[in-house]
Amino acid sequence: MITVRDVAKRFTLHNQGGAVLEVMDGAALEVGAGECVGLVGASGAGKSTLMRMIWGNYRIDAGSIRVAGVELAGAAPRDVIALRRGTLGHVSQFLRVVPRVPTLEVVAEPLRVLGMDATEAETRAGAILSRLNIPERLWPLSPTTFSGGEQQRVNIARGFVHPWPVLLLDEPTASLDAGNRAVVLSLIEEARNRGAAILGIFHDEGARTQVCTRLVDVSGFAVAA
Amino acid sequence: MSEYNFAYLDEGTKRMIRRAILKAVAVPGYQVPFASREMPMPYGWGTGGVQVTAACLTPADRLKVIDQGADDTTNAVSIRKFFQRTAGVATTERTAEATLIQTRHRIPETPLTEGQILIYQVPIPEPLRFLEPRETETRRMHALADYGLMHVKLYEDIARNGEIATSYAYPVQVAGRHVMDPSPIPKFDNPKLSDSPALQLFGAGREQRIYAVPPHTQVISLDFDDHPFVASKAPHACALCGDDGSYLDEVITDDAGGRMFVCSDTDHCATRRAAGHAGTQAEAIA
Amino acid sequence: MSGAHPLLSVQGLTKSYGARRGCADVSFDLWPGEVMGIVGESGSGKSTLLSCMAGNLTPDAGAVVFDTRTSGPRDVLAMPEPERRMLARTDWAFVHQNPRDGLRMGVSAGGNVGERLMGVGARHYGQIRAQATDWLGRVEIAAERIDDRPAQFSGGMQQRLQIARNLVTGPRLVFMDEPTGGLDVSVQARLLDLMRGLVRQMGLSAVIVTHDLAVVRLLADRLMVMKDGLVVEEGLTDQVLDDPQHAYTQLLVSSVLQV
Repeated sequence: MITVRDVAKRFTLHNQGGAVLEVMDGAALEVGAGECVGLVGASGAGKSTLMRMIWGNYRIDAGSIRVAGVELAGAAPRDVIALRRGTLGHVSQFLRVVPRVPTLEVVAEPLRVLGMDATEAETRAGAILSRLNIPERLWPLSPTTFSGGEQQRVNIARGFVHPWPVLLLDEPTASLDAGNRAVVLSLIEEARNRGAAILGIFHDEGARTQVCTRLVDVSGFAVAA
Repeated sequence: MSEYNFAYLDEGTKRMIRRAILKAVAVPGYQVPFASREMPMPYGWGTGGVQVTAACLTPADRLKVIDQGADDTTNAVSIRKFFQRTAGVATTERTAEATLIQTRHRIPETPLTEGQILIYQVPIPEPLRFLEPRETETRRMHALADYGLMHVKLYEDIARNGEIATSYAYPVQVAGRHVMDPSPIPKFDNPKLSDSPALQLFGAGREQRIYAVPPHTQVISLDFDDHPFVASKAPHACALCGDDGSYLDEVITDDAGGRMFVCSDTDHCATRRAAGHAGTQAEAIA
Repeated sequence: MSGAHPLLSVQGLTKSYGARRGCADVSFDLWPGEVMGIVGESGSGKSTLLSCMAGNLTPDAGAVVFDTRTSGPRDVLAMPEPERRMLARTDWAFVHQNPRDGLRMGVSAGGNVGERLMGVGARHYGQIRAQATDWLGRVEIAAERIDDRPAQFSGGMQQRLQIARNLVTGPRLVFMDEPTGGLDVSVQARLLDLMRGLVRQMGLSAVIVTHDLAVVRLLADRLMVMKDGLVVEEGLTDQVLDDPQHAYTQLLVSSVLQV
């Protein structure tokens, strides 16, 4: 479902004398349906960079990344948007939402975008929020007022509310207590078992062992400084 | 009299005004700009109407001048005298006998006939003025028949008063095209604008505009489906002639609250009384 | 959501003010349901571009092709003015930065919302009023304020009223010029929430001009960065903001204060 071939990435810092940072070259990996692949490698090795290129918010300078058959290198914005809408799910470490929007709506939004009616979408959103132990009294409030751990769980709820066939997980268990960590890991396992192709970064070694079917070390893709 | 050209204005000026009139007749309701002249009377006294009258008069015409329906008010008397002196034309107070009628704020009750010309004095020719102050924009709105704003005005009227409270200068659409200010006639007179056998000309002196409603032209008063146009008048009969279908003026008769309603059209009232009609206070006045 | 044609296709749009460049050779396609942001500093040409697209300014060259309901893609700039005006009050909407430019301050809130309806021929007072009431509700203005004039409203309410006035005819394309400019941050948030909701419910396409990167991140699918009248970078919003390629975009992104 995810195919990365010969991918290179560099940053040109125009405002710092035009310095060019070559950060990645020859990256290649494959994630099939029902697999959960963990990216490993030292900090700065390029795990996040690779994830972002697959999500589409980093440009691909060379090579090819295909997600569910869609080529992301040079893709038109609307193709990336369509891919994100129905195929490619994402749990990032940051919650970016319009302030004032209730948590329940934030979580239901991906379903609404897919055309589901409000009641059904909010029922599903409520179910996953309950599972992640976000008490119902918080649902009408904006998550921007929540603690870090609560915000992270809202983010996870949003990432799992729809059964996306491809999932990108960026540190999904960071800043969670043991109970919620277990919930998230079971969510990941369920997704994997229903056949989703999952690619993730897990600093939590126990989590990695529990959910990952395979690990890929990105150190080999890094360009030596 | 010989010191004036016929009807005061020089022939070149009259020709210029006639050209504007022809254009106005060709495009019903469209405001044609013209080079308005200084007249020997102040703006607001009907200089626009006077210039149109001067351009239309021939020595054979019989002129009637009314102000608020009356032939004997200052404004009507002075304009009539002006043309008696500068054109030497015959004058009359009888609507039926006049070939040319200059009016301020009324349409005569007696139905007009073919061959007559009714000339209105217009203070502000632009019906969109108070909604859109930019002349460049209102002209474009006319050009594009972009008249939604006119209904906004009526909407505001209903929102504020529960009904369309505009009672004079009520906006009309002429020949299905141009929206026009009919001059400050009471809305009671609006139905008479439509399909009249007479030629109706409008002159605005200060604003330098002439417009026209040719004979037998459809003129529709703007309204809403659920708030239709109503030509209203005071719910009384004339105290002098007894007519309950003519437009009335309220006259205060003493300082003890005494008042009466009489026809605003003096010729209409006099004609009826001469024919034997009488109202409740006909004796008291006589 | 996407049809066979882009909803709006801008081709080589160019406008100069004498020797000074307003905008030059701008081209892009906007698809149904898409929201595009245009960012850049004051004088970068973004407002000129918006005015040219919306027909408020005549460009020197280029085409603005809109997929009309009745006759498919047509160059708006080549349309006769009556047709363009009709389009502007049925299928298009323009939300000004200053509500005073987009509202009639002497007309009640209900009259403001009803004007477009009356402009396209609505002649039933009760129905116009019912629709105005409905729209005031949608933009969170209490129904009992329908006969108040905009001058009695706060800045945020005026802006919401402007949005209601524009959207009442169910347009398909909305142009917004700094819609959150001049508003308090908390008021901005409410407006952003409202716009996002309306864009989704009505399937609107929108072009939003702003210098506020936070606004485009939350509202826009795509982003175009302008400098000195030229488009220096464009793409998916988060790609342009997270991985800016052009020197100017990098400067713009790095200059934003993080909160």
